[in-house]
Amino acid sequence: MKTFKLGGIHPEENKISAQQPIEIVPIPQTVYIPVSQHLGAPAKPIVEKGDLVKTGQLIAKGDGFISANVHSSVSGKVVKVDEVVDYSGYRRQSIIIESDGDEWVETIDRTPDLKRECALEPKAIVDKINEMGIVGMGGATFPSHVKLSVPQGKKAEYLIINGVECEPYLTSDYRLMLERGREIMVGITILMKGLKVDKAMVGIENNKPDAVRLMKDLSSEFKGITVHALRVKYPQGAEKQLIKALVNREVPSGKLPIEVGCVVQNVGTAFAVYEAVQKNKPLFERIVTVSGKTVKKPSNLLARVGTSINDLIVVAGGLPEDTGKVISGGPMMGRALSNTGAPITKGTSGILVMSEKESKRKKTMNCIRCGRCLNVCAMGLEPFLLANLSENQSWEEAEAEHILDCMECGSCQYTCPSGRPLLDYIRVGKNKVAQIIRTRKN
Amino acid sequence: MNSIILYAVLAMCAIGIVAAIILYIVAQKFKVIEDPRIDEVVEILPGAHCGGCGFPGCRSLAETIVKRGSLENLNCPVGGKKVMGEIAAVLGLVAEEKEPMIAVVRCSGSKSNAPVKVQYEGASSCSFLNQLNAGESGCPFGCLGQGDCVTVCKFDAISIDPVSGLPVVDNDKCVACGACVKACPRQIIEIRYKGKKDRRIYVSCVNKEKGAIARKNCSVACIGCGKCVKVCPSEAITLENNLAYIDFEKCKLCRKCVKECPTGAITELNFPVSKEMTKVTSEIEA
Amino acid sequence: MTVSGSPHIYGDQTVKKIMWGVVIATLPAMLVSVWYFGIGAITTTAVAVLTCVIAEYLMRRYLLNEEHPDVSDGSAIITGMLLSFNVPSSLPWWQTMLGSIFAIGVAKISFGGLGRNLFNPALVGRVFLLISFPVNMTTWPVPLSNRWVLVDALTGPTPLGQLKEGLANGETIAALKVHLPSYQDMFMGQIGGSLGEVSAIAILIGGLYMLYRGIISWHIPVAYLTTVAVFSGILYLINPAHYIDPLFHLLAGGLMLGAFFMATDMVTSPMSHKGMLVFGLGCGLLTVMIRNWGAYPEGVSFAILIMNAFVPLINKGFKPKRFGEVTNG
Repeated sequence: MKTFKLGGIHPEENKISAQQPIEIVPIPQTVYIPVSQHLGAPAKPIVEKGDLVKTGQLIAKGDGFISANVHSSVSGKVVKVDEVVDYSGYRRQSIIIESDGDEWVETIDRTPDLKRECALEPKAIVDKINEMGIVGMGGATFPSHVKLSVPQGKKAEYLIINGVECEPYLTSDYRLMLERGREIMVGITILMKGLKVDKAMVGIENNKPDAVRLMKDLSSEFKGITVHALRVKYPQGAEKQLIKALVNREVPSGKLPIEVGCVVQNVGTAFAVYEAVQKNKPLFERIVTVSGKTVKKPSNLLARVGTSINDLIVVAGGLPEDTGKVISGGPMMGRALSNTGAPITKGTSGILVMSEKESKRKKTMNCIRCGRCLNVCAMGLEPFLLANLSENQSWEEAEAEHILDCMECGSCQYTCPSGRPLLDYIRVGKNKVAQIIRTRKN
Repeated sequence: MNSIILYAVLAMCAIGIVAAIILYIVAQKFKVIEDPRIDEVVEILPGAHCGGCGFPGCRSLAETIVKRGSLENLNCPVGGKKVMGEIAAVLGLVAEEKEPMIAVVRCSGSKSNAPVKVQYEGASSCSFLNQLNAGESGCPFGCLGQGDCVTVCKFDAISIDPVSGLPVVDNDKCVACGACVKACPRQIIEIRYKGKKDRRIYVSCVNKEKGAIARKNCSVACIGCGKCVKVCPSEAITLENNLAYIDFEKCKLCRKCVKECPTGAITELNFPVSKEMTKVTSEIEA
Repeated sequence: MTVSGSPHIYGDQTVKKIMWGVVIATLPAMLVSVWYFGIGAITTTAVAVLTCVIAEYLMRRYLLNEEHPDVSDGSAIITGMLLSFNVPSSLPWWQTMLGSIFAIGVAKISFGGLGRNLFNPALVGRVFLLISFPVNMTTWPVPLSNRWVLVDALTGPTPLGQLKEGLANGETIAALKVHLPSYQDMFMGQIGGSLGEVSAIAILIGGLYMLYRGIISWHIPVAYLTTVAVFSGILYLINPAHYIDPLFHLLAGGLMLGAFFMATDMVTSPMSHKGMLVFGLGCGLLTVMIRNWGAYPEGVSFAILIMNAFVPLINKGFKPKRFGEVTNG
C-alpha cells in the first residue's frame, strides 16, 4: 500500500465522531463574519451598517488575485462592520449580521437533486469558483481559483484529491465522503475540466475502509478518476507528502506542487466546487467536527460561517467542566483558542475540546540528542538544530538549514521525549527568516 | 647517557628554529596593514559588542570613526561621555555632547492591573507568543512577559519582576544600547532621556484601541481622553490613535499630566512622593 | 484556559520511560552475572549504581546549582549499571566507587549534565579505572567459583586475553583453539570477563527488548556487528593461522554489550540513521583493529570512545536527506 517515505508518525487516531451523521446547526441570532477567512489579502466589505442582506449574498469582495469573496451566511440586517476579537485575542475586521430568518438569494438551486453535467468552459469554471469564494477546506484556506490558474509555462497533469484526513479526531471529510460521495465525484470532474487534466487521483487513508470502498465504487461511474487507499501515517494530508505517496514525485524545496504537474484539492473543496458551479451556491457553510474525549456528544455539524464556536459546542453537549483547552482544527496543527466566542470560518475543520489534564505539555528537559525529531521529520530537516539556531537568534544559519521548508506539522514536538518546544522556536525562526528575506528583496 | 640529553636538546632546538622560520614567513606573507589608531580606539571602547552604536561590534565602530575622521552621529552608548571624550582626545577630535539615555518599558499591565485570562504554555519567547495570541491578559499591545528583552540584554540591566510579570530596567546598568527595543515584538520599550536625578515621566501604555476596549483588559491603559494634552504647559504631549505620547525632548517634568490622568497610565519615576499622593494612599489603606 | 502552539498531543515516550526501559533491558545480563559471579556481582553493581546516583544528585545540587535536582530520570542508574558491567566482579569496592564518581563528574556533569556530554560516561569511567588500576581491572574471576563466600575467587583469563597472549607467544590459532572456551560457553556466558559482558544471549535479550520498545533503532548494533563480522572474516580468510574466525570476535569480550548498550547511548551517538550506520561502521573497524593489532586484547571501549569524538562531525556530514532537495543545480 502506498505512503510517503520520509519520516512520519502514528498518533492515536481517536476518531470518536466517525459514526455520527452530519447534523445541521440551527441558524444563530447573530453571525460574525470575518473578511479574512483565507490566505492572502482580506476581502473589502461592500455592505454598510443597516443594509439588508440575503443568505448567499456577496458582502465582501476579494481584494486582488490572492483573495476570496465572502458571502453572508444568514439573511438579515448588517449591524456593524467593525473589529471583533477572534480566536487568538487579536481584533479582525468582521461584518456582524443579525439574522431574521433564512431567505436565500434566488439564483441558488436548493433542490437536493444531483446535477452531473457541467456545460461551462474551463475559464468560466475558474471564474465561477472565484465568484463563489471557494477556498481550500482542509484548513490552509488557500483561494481555490488561484490553484486552478496554472501559471504560464507550467502544465498540470494530475488533479490530486485529498481525502486523507490524517489529523486525529477529525471526521468531517470522512462523513462528507460517505454522505455526499457522488457530489464530490462531480466536483472532481468539474475541477478536472477547469484544470484541463484528464487524470484525478483520490487518496484516502486506510483507516477509513468504508470510505475507500464507497469512493472506489463511485469512481467507476466517472472517467479518469482513480481512488487509492494509503497506509496510515501522519502527515500524509500535507500536499507534498500526498503527491509523493500517490505519484511518487517530490516537489522541490520552496516550490509549489504545479512544479511537478500536480494540483491538490481537498474533498471538502471538491464538494464546495460542486455546489458552487452546479448549484450556484457560494461557500457560506461547512462541516465541522466537534470532538474530544470529554465531549458528551461528539458530532459532525453542518454550520454557517460566522456561527460562534460556543454554539457548536452547545450542540455537541456543552463545554465540559474541566476543559483546559479548546482547539480550532486538529490536535497536531490546530490553533488553541483564547476566546470560544470567536466565529467558525471557511477553514474550521474541527473544534477539539481537551481536558485540563490532556492540555498540559510534557515537562521540558535537556535535549538528549536521541535524533527522534530528525527521523520523524517528513521534510528531512533537523528540528532540534533549527530550534536551537532560532533560540540563539542565528537567523542566517537557520536559513541555510532550510528552516522555511518546515510545514509545521508538529511531528518533531510530538515525538520529543524531552518535551522541548521545538516547533515554537522553529515558528519564531521561520517568521524572522521570512522577514529577513523580504527585506533583502526590497 | 650524555649523548641522549645532547640529542634531545639539539632536536628541540632544530624544531624550534624550523617552526620559527615558518611562522616568520607566514606572518610576512599574510600581513595586513592597518591604521594603528583603530586598535587604539578599540582599546578605549568597552568591548561589549552590543551593537548599540548601530555597528556590529566595537571594532567596526572604531574603523568607522577612524575612517570618517569625525565623531558626528557616532556614539558609544555604553561608554557615554567619558569614552567618547577619550576617543576624541586620541584622535584630536571634538566629542559631541550627548544627553544620557535609558530604556523605558511603556507598559503597566502587571498581573494585578491586567489580570491573566488565558494561560500560555510553551517556549519563553515573546515573538512566538505575539505570533500565536494576543497574550495572557488579552491586551494586543501590552507586554507579553516572556522576556525577549531580558535574553537580549548584554548588560544584565533588565529583568522580569516576578510579582508584576513586567520587565524592570536597572538604572545603573542600562546603557541605552537599544537591543531590547529591537527585540520587543510590540515596540513597548523606548530609549528616552535619563533625566535629572533619574526623574522621568512617560505614558506607560502603547495601546491604540478605543478607551473602553483598552480598559476591558487593563485598568491602567491610556484611554486617549486627551486631558494630559490640555494640561501640558510645554506642548510636549500628542494624542494619536487613542494614545498619548510625551515627547521627552520637550517635557519639562512638571508632573501636571500625572495628576490629571484618570487611569494612571502616565508614570513618574524617582520623584519625591507628593502630598496629594500620600493622602490618596493613606485613604486606601484606611 | 490554556493556549499554546500546536501540536497539542504528545507521543508517550519520555526521557524517564526511555531510561528506565534501558534499566529493564540490563536486567537479564545482571541476573546472569549474579549466577556466574555471585556476591561480587551484586556488591559491585550496587556500589556503582548508588555512587552514580548520589554523585549525580550532589553535583547537580552544588556544582550546577539546581534547586531540586531530579535524578529519577534513571540516567545515573544506567551509567552505574553499565559501568559495573564493564569491570570484573572482583574489583575492590572503593575502586568501583572512584570510577563511578569519575564517570558522573568528569564525563557527564562537567559537560553540563544529561544530554550535553560528548563521551559515554560509563566507558569513560571504565577506561579511567583500566588506566589507574590495570592489575585489578584485568584480573578476572573464574565463573561459578566461590560465588557465595567472601574469599578471593579463583582467577583466570578472558578468551580475548588468552588469544592475544597465545599469539604473542607465537602459537597458531589451531593450537590455541584447544584451550579456548567453546562457543556455547561464550554464548551462555561461562567465561571470564567483566560481569555484564560474558553472556551474549542475555545481552541479546536486553537488546531485542530495547528494539521492541523503540528505545534504540537497529542501525548502530547491526552496522557495528556486521562490520566486525565482515572485517574479521576477511582477515580470517586471508590468514586463518593468525586471525581467528568472526564468530569468536562476535561472542568474545564486550562487543555485544558495546553494540547494544554503549554505542547506542543516544546522547553520544549520531542522530540520523545514516550517521548511525557510519558510527557503527567506525566502531566495528576500530574494534577489530585494536583487537588484532593493538596493545590491549579488547578494543570495544576505546573504539566507541574514539567514535564518540567523531559524532559532532558525523552529525554535520551525514544529515538526513531533505524532501525535495534540488540535486542538479
